[in-house]
Amino acid sequence: MSSLYKLGRYVFTGDNGMPLSDVPSIEAVNLSKRFGSFVAVSELNLKIEGAKCVGFLGPNGAGKTTTLKMFTDLIRASSGEALINGINVHTNKKAALASVAALIETPEIYPSLTPREALRMIAEIRGVPATERNKRIEEAVSEVHMEEWIDKRVGRFSKGMKQRICIASALLSDPCILLLDEPTNGLDPRGMSEVRGIVKSLRGKKRLIFMSSHILSEVSEVCDEVAMIDHGKLIVYDTISNVTAKFSGGASMVEVGLQRPIDAQLVTRNIAKLSGVVSAEQIDDRNLRIRFSGGLDVQERILSDLVKLNIGVISFRAASSELEDAYLKLITATL
Amino acid sequence: MAQVGISMKYTFLEYFRSRRFLIMLIITLLIAALLTIIVAWRRPEGFLVSNLGFYSSWWGTSVTFVIILSGIFFGGDAISGEFQNKTGYFGIPNPIRRSSIYVGKWLSAFFAATAILVVFTAITIGNGVYYFGSSGVPYQFGWSLLFAWFYLAAVMGFTFFFSSLFKSSSISILVTVILFLFGFTLIQTLVSDLVQTEPWFVLTYGAGIIGNILSATFPPHSSVVSQSFGPRTITTTVFNATVPEGLAIIGTYFIITAILGLILFERKEFN
Repeated sequence: MSSLYKLGRYVFTGDNGMPLSDVPSIEAVNLSKRFGSFVAVSELNLKIEGAKCVGFLGPNGAGKTTTLKMFTDLIRASSGEALINGINVHTNKKAALASVAALIETPEIYPSLTPREALRMIAEIRGVPATERNKRIEEAVSEVHMEEWIDKRVGRFSKGMKQRICIASALLSDPCILLLDEPTNGLDPRGMSEVRGIVKSLRGKKRLIFMSSHILSEVSEVCDEVAMIDHGKLIVYDTISNVTAKFSGGASMVEVGLQRPIDAQLVTRNIAKLSGVVSAEQIDDRNLRIRFSGGLDVQERILSDLVKLNIGVISFRAASSELEDAYLKLITATL
Repeated sequence: MAQVGISMKYTFLEYFRSRRFLIMLIITLLIAALLTIIVAWRRPEGFLVSNLGFYSSWWGTSVTFVIILSGIFFGGDAISGEFQNKTGYFGIPNPIRRSSIYVGKWLSAFFAATAILVVFTAITIGNGVYYFGSSGVPYQFGWSLLFAWFYLAAVMGFTFFFSSLFKSSSISILVTVILFLFGFTLIQTLVSDLVQTEPWFVLTYGAGIIGNILSATFPPHSSVVSQSFGPRTITTTVFNATVPEGLAIIGTYFIITAILGLILFERKEFN
């Protein structure tokens, strides 16, 4: 199997040149990496298929970056296979990475080149037709808001600016698969928000995005599924809702912000006994955390009931710590 | 091949943009200017006694230095820089073979160094023509130039090998400098003078044909030299590589180091 650049997109083709499938996939088959006696990744088996965004989580040294590096030929697997669209990255790198854009760690760009030149190099490598190159480069640079720097030398750029150019390079060839290793690392809050926006917009374009991150709220915000790894082993791979539900006993959680301090007894006597509420606790005198079972209807009713209690509700939002709770429980369990 | 061309094109661009090429060109011009001034001012007999003597003294003594400097300048950190500066993270995770990157970088370094060699050759010939006329360029100089070009390929192979071996640019450059400017010469002297064995395994020994071809008569393969120090007489054997032997040494070094460098780069990990 190989890939063919056609009408601005990569399609996967068999030996006869006929398209095989439009479904992008990445797969680790018994993938292991050892550095001397240290096992960074241990017999990882993971198959991700289809257009979706998958967050890749794990503590420092868990093997996230090592796994992504094995999928991009930056390091070799000690054993097992890293497959992209069914093609082994190690034995057929050119075909395997033809439909992949990757951003691993924070790459440095040759300092004496301009973003236009650096991106043209990538466009040429990726086989973007010469007639489309300039347009693609300008669009990609525009997407990361670096238009005014396009002809300035990269050597003068900050880490965040370089990261934006690297993200632009990933957007150049309209790849089917994006492998991102902490893509918001080194960016300022505005840059982080923009990158999340880009990832979200890419998710809607029939792409498979596999993204490692330490920022759990970021993963909650942009990803559909999550794979957690620790000590080089896969702990869980499922949708975020399934993972969080599993570790919160099937309950969801909201955080409520109040305009004025609330009486602790009101929380235990009234709020904890509202219909659908599993538990209610005070985070501090102006913030509550409420666990409830049920869907959006229950969530809406609880909000309505809280307002009726006239306790000064000023905010009501799904707790971002749900994934964090699940993460901490899973990671702690493996320690 | 197209990907080799891409790697080559952008490495060239980097050489020009980073002023690396310009700096090497200035160094070469300074060396040539120094020789020009010294010969014009001091008129040393060795340079001006004959046209062959001129090219032997001018070219034979300085071209290997220019070649080694070019090798270090263009090849010293060509591969190690990809690891140390993390530029490899930008290019490697793309559908391009590592061998294409390596060969492209090697060719651009080789052609950049060739351009430097051409400049030095032009200045050498310019001076030769000034003193001996346009008919005074000996045919041996053409051979010497060709050997120098082959030697450049071997030096570049060696610098790329060290550049692939180490992840630190400064270490790869330092090892190359030490080896070419001191190491090989020291080994050659020790082996031939003290052990009285032909140093056929030393690259700089093979490169001796660049200067020797400009001698009126090619030096003998080996000759015994006796020197008296007071009551004592020390006998040493002086070895000179023959042209086929020199070419074989240069060719072997080029092939082995180029292949080893490529294998190392193919296997090297970004961690």
